Amino acid sequence: MGQLFLKEINAFFNHLTGYLLLAAFLVTLGLVVWVFPETSVLEYGFADLEALFVYAPLIFVFLVPAMTMRMIAEEKKSGTWELLMTSPLTNSQVVLAKYFAAVALVVLALLPALIYYYSVVQLGDPVGNIDSAGFFGSFIGLVMIGAVFAAIGIFSSALTENQITAFVIGVFMGFLLYFGFSAFSMLQRNDAALFLEEISLSYHYQSMGRGVIDSSNLVYFLSVIGSLLVLTGIMIKRR
Amino acid sequence: MSLEVKQLTKLYNSQRALNSISFEAKSGQVLGFLGPNGAGKSTTMKIASGYLLPDEGDVWVNGLSVSEHPKQVSKMIGYLPEHNPLYLDMYVKEFLLFMASLYRFKGLSAKSKIATIIEKCGLGAEQHKKIGQLSKGYRQRVGLAKALVHDPEVIILDEPTTGLDPNQLLEIRKLIREIGKDKTLILSTHIMQEVEAICEKVVIIHQGEIVAQDLLQNLKAGEGLTSVFLETEEQLYMEWFESLNGIQEIRPINDRQFEFLANSATDLRKELLTVVQERNLSLLSVRLQERNLESIFHQLTQS
Repeated sequence: MGQLFLKEINAFFNHLTGYLLLAAFLVTLGLVVWVFPETSVLEYGFADLEALFVYAPLIFVFLVPAMTMRMIAEEKKSGTWELLMTSPLTNSQVVLAKYFAAVALVVLALLPALIYYYSVVQLGDPVGNIDSAGFFGSFIGLVMIGAVFAAIGIFSSALTENQITAFVIGVFMGFLLYFGFSAFSMLQRNDAALFLEEISLSYHYQSMGRGVIDSSNLVYFLSVIGSLLVLTGIMIKRR
Repeated sequence: MSLEVKQLTKLYNSQRALNSISFEAKSGQVLGFLGPNGAGKSTTMKIASGYLLPDEGDVWVNGLSVSEHPKQVSKMIGYLPEHNPLYLDMYVKEFLLFMASLYRFKGLSAKSKIATIIEKCGLGAEQHKKIGQLSKGYRQRVGLAKALVHDPEVIILDEPTTGLDPNQLLEIRKLIREIGKDKTLILSTHIMQEVEAICEKVVIIHQGEIVAQDLLQNLKAGEGLTSVFLETEEQLYMEWFESLNGIQEIRPINDRQFEFLANSATDLRKELLTVVQERNLSLLSVRLQERNLESIFHQLTQS
């Protein structure tokens, strides 16, 4: 299983696409946090990285499915899926190895954000004047969002042999779960709307941004991930 | 070690891809699995390798059921799927090490094992290249090496020689024969010469049903029929030959060329020449046609 995990990571960096994706993500995030006057920390005047945490999920909606789209679809298309399925690896080992590889890549993409944190800490007046709890709450929230999108991406990659289809489905599902449900809940104020808001990703993400890591939020993220992975397992069952 | 296919049935929606087929492959005996395209060869092999589930029946490898213990059985089976899928981005050695690690072979033992397999499959000069850079023949060798990497007892090769040039064909066949000496080897193909060159036992499948299974030599000895080809300058008529001794079937190819099937005991050529003389025909050709696997295959799989 460890070998398959490493193979996935290697495969990601074997192609120019991998580097391009990471570069695009980092450049976009860098522009949003430091350059664009609307959102820049420097213009804003407060030692606060809110822009990062508002825009990163928006980019993740596209970035993560792009990272995961080939993981199962491509193997199915090229036939190498047959090699994996006829090896002693169980279906769940295959799904988990691919999933953890995707999460590792998401974390890798997020690591430079820690440099932003350090910069803002240094820029603060006095130095260190930043809401660290809020930052790390949001950072962990962002990792969780990435982990959920990774699960969505793996699931959508298992649905089809076509990478582009997997990407589109992944983006749509991520969009719906993050923005869609909370937007629907704005339409009306009743029990259904409240329910919709509570199952939306952004609701739990924002609540982590307050700097308190509530177990109910973690349970929410983990159960969404768990159910998506179980669904993926069902999709790839032998027929 | 043996591989037993018992009453295997597979449905694709309502279409019967396999209809209760049974056969057995034994150690040290290369089994050729023949059939026209779409006969169900690959389906059978995919079920035997554990990739697909059968609707009825099962495959038993050394007494273990494939559908009940797919992971245990997978360690005993080396499988080369149709079209030979490989990770084209990987280096030959890297790929073999990766596949070996999936079968729990790691470290030094895996490395030395892979070195011998690379040697055996003639990949020595190419082992540091990317698979994507290799020619088809070498890719096929990598696929074969992959099937051998965990030292399986049963080897299943699905059309291992499609798209190879004649030289590569000879080399791969030699390799397969060598591997087949002490393993249970099943090989699917629709190239008859290949079966004659490699296999001892033959199973012919057509539209999901087995139409023949026997040792190659028995099959070639046939059901005691010989075929004679006759060509004359004048037109031929069926009635002239119907009363001849031992004739089973007359197949007009056109009105001047006929093919006759008869019991092998009688030499039909003599009888035919008598007719030719009586009718005063000018004979162009008369020849005894050897019954080869190809004609048997045609006979069994044309419907």
